[in-house]
Amino acid sequence: MDAVWSAVSKLYGEYGASQTGLTLINYDMEKGFAIIRTTHIAIKMVRTALASITKVRDKPAAVHVLTVSGTIKALYKKLENRLL
Amino acid sequence: MKKIYADLHLCPNLRDLEQASNIIKKASMLGYRLIAITFPLNAKEEEIDKIRSISREHKIDLASRVDLKPRTPKELIYNLRKLRRRFEIIAVICESKTVARQAAKDRRVDLLNFSSINPHGRFFDAAEAELASKALASFEIDIKPLLTLEGPARVRLLSSLRRETATAQKFHVPIVISSGVSEKFLMRKPRDMAALAALFDLDEFSAIEAVSKNPMQIIKRNRENLSPRFIAPGIKIIRKGKDC
Repeated sequence: MDAVWSAVSKLYGEYGASQTGLTLINYDMEKGFAIIRTTHIAIKMVRTALASITKVRDKPAAVHVLTVSGTIKALYKKLENRLL
Repeated sequence: MKKIYADLHLCPNLRDLEQASNIIKKASMLGYRLIAITFPLNAKEEEIDKIRSISREHKIDLASRVDLKPRTPKELIYNLRKLRRRFEIIAVICESKTVARQAAKDRRVDLLNFSSINPHGRFFDAAEAELASKALASFEIDIKPLLTLEGPARVRLLSSLRRETATAQKFHVPIVISSGVSEKFLMRKPRDMAALAALFDLDEFSAIEAVSKNPMQIIKRNRENLSPRFIAPGIKIIRKGKDC
């Protein structure tokens, strides 16, 4: 999450970061995905910030958005279909 | 209809086939259906075929691309005459205004690309856009510098891109967004590349077109022109035989 906050702040400043309301909902280390909650108005901002991440704790990394959904239940359903 | 996404600028190290294969595999996993890999000017058919067979294994279409970096317009014209029928995509990296103007008005050029590091090395102004709109050139934006640059350098680049994309849209010059990467960690999904375009105020619809419709149109046009059925612009062989 530090990398995500850092990316948002770098691109959009503290004002932009304050609009996102970022929260980590779940992180599955085995499968390598995380679920992040953000405000509806900040989706594009967060998506852009996630795409701009090139390092996590000084190690090269890339973050790809698998899917976006309005509810967590629908999100897990979509994720199930994707991972299958 | 499901969109077909394309990345027209991948630059793997072609001497390391394993690395090239990893990049092609990653592109396929990220959802691209077509990629264009930059080959050297003197690339042989066998090298291109080898990479093509790797991409076929990963179920992704490959287009051959060459990046021209001419010092003078004369050099550009000479290279275009020599290379147009050998590669599916010709991009010109314009390092001077005269080269940029010649590239914009030449119908053999597909993509116009400019230096991302030197802000004075970007020549995509209204005059350039007007020339490009009358020819077939598209304005290419590489995402790699947006990921690797930081601070004032990135700010200057974004400022230039904002101005240039507005100019391109005003003159109806197609915009193509490519990755321009040589490592798989810098590759992004098509929608994430389109999301990065928001940094220079390109609207979502145009950004998605820039990673789907616009690159596919270039490939379709060039493949038709390079096919053996092509005779001249607007003229092609439809059927051969006794009953024509």
